[in-house]
Amino acid sequence: MSGKIRLINENGLRVDGRRPNELRPIKMEVGVLSNADGSAYIEQGKNKILAAVYGPREVHPRHLALPDRSLLRCRYHMAPFSVEERKSPAPSRREIELSKVIKEALEPAIFLEKFPRTSIDIFIEVLQADGGTRCAGTTVAALALADAGIPMRDLVVACAAGKVDGVLVLDLNDIEDKEGEADVPVAYMPNLGLISLLQMDGSLTIEEFNQSLNLAMEGCKQIYKFQKEALRSRYVTIKEEVEECLR
Amino acid sequence: MSSIMVSRIRQKQIAQMVASGKRLDGRGLKDYRPIKVETGIIEKAEGSSRALLGKTEVVVGVKVEIGDPFLDRPDEGVFTVNSEFVPLASPEFEAGPPSEESIELARVVDRGIRESKAIDLEKLCLIPGKKVYVIFIDIYVLNHDGNLIDASSLASLAALLNTKIPVYVVEDNEVKKTNDYIPLPIKNLPVSITLANISDKLIVDPWLEEEEAMSARLTITFDKDNKISAIQKGGPGALTPQQIMEAAHMAREKAEELRKMLVKT
Repeated sequence: MSGKIRLINENGLRVDGRRPNELRPIKMEVGVLSNADGSAYIEQGKNKILAAVYGPREVHPRHLALPDRSLLRCRYHMAPFSVEERKSPAPSRREIELSKVIKEALEPAIFLEKFPRTSIDIFIEVLQADGGTRCAGTTVAALALADAGIPMRDLVVACAAGKVDGVLVLDLNDIEDKEGEADVPVAYMPNLGLISLLQMDGSLTIEEFNQSLNLAMEGCKQIYKFQKEALRSRYVTIKEEVEECLR
Repeated sequence: MSSIMVSRIRQKQIAQMVASGKRLDGRGLKDYRPIKVETGIIEKAEGSSRALLGKTEVVVGVKVEIGDPFLDRPDEGVFTVNSEFVPLASPEFEAGPPSEESIELARVVDRGIRESKAIDLEKLCLIPGKKVYVIFIDIYVLNHDGNLIDASSLASLAALLNTKIPVYVVEDNEVKKTNDYIPLPIKNLPVSITLANISDKLIVDPWLEEEEAMSARLTITFDKDNKISAIQKGGPGALTPQQIMEAAHMAREKAEELRKMLVKT
């Protein structure tokens, strides 16, 4: 697998010039779609992902409604043009699995019991993918949930760590994910200190896994700052617009 | 798999018992249910097995065909894992397209086999870029009583160890089947261990009612060198980093036990 392409050069830098513990450039924006109850957009490296939240709203089909809490549903989907070779728009097995793990990553943060017999639907559309889309998708979906005004215990922020060319690195891009030795995506609730998404594939010793987990959590804490800033600037804008109207 | 099958009061009872270090079925927190693995149960399949984990029952059949390799791996064989939640296994299973749970199960088992390089795919190439062995691993859940992931990965590994592939000869760029069979080349033994978080305590091998009462589950797959090949968190809750590392150490110990037991049978 590895060895064909050198992923870490003689100066210890990665294929895109980053240091091992450096994130890709991140840009986030909240409230980007007018129809959705909440929405957000993220760019992380070449990843471009939109998320929208509808709800709490009436459940369709009705028999799925839960008597004691809201039904959380999540669809992670990749656009056909988001990757090198066109992806069929039909949901793949990978997308179905990711929809499930992202839903379970966001679920512990939401006060679902406040909205019995309703549904909260999260839609994540990957417009361009460059590795780490489940993490960026989780981060942006949490922003969309907050934008929808859904009460939450904490934000959820996700980031991957992994091992490429024997070095533990943060926030893997597509080549590093495919050619590297291991990938550990983690979703974290920074104020509660809890991990709500954890996967791994590759080969790591327990010690390496422990270090990767800590590295990923550090990455999450950095991305969390961007998340808070994106939310704040959205509501500063709204406040200014309101003041403009009142003037 | 949220359902109304286990009443709230029962869930509470399970949680209280786990909090005091006990389990409803009398097991210790780190005990597996009785495990039984049989192989070679389906003659028409190239490899097969049945695994019982308490009342959870899973059959795995391995079928072998000849097909095209993946474009980016022209000189390697191919394998796929699929799982069927057969409606006779549980009142919650329905016929029709696979559920999220079924897809997740197959993909977690696949990841363990793939990332540990359990099947020696390089030995499964007949004509590079053209003809390779294709190994189909089909998981059939016959009775659902919890912890399908561990039962399925154990059954899959047992079935792979039991698989004989037909020998082909290459003549004029064509492959011809012979009457000979050789064992499927296996070079690693991935074992997955699933733990559940109930009342902030970790228990091994949750059964159905415990799965209803758990906040989260964590599956960790170890290879024969005690390296982690795959991890999957499931369930609606969350875990602390300390719990995750505790789970990893517990799982390593258990994986070795299960591997020893499997090799013996």
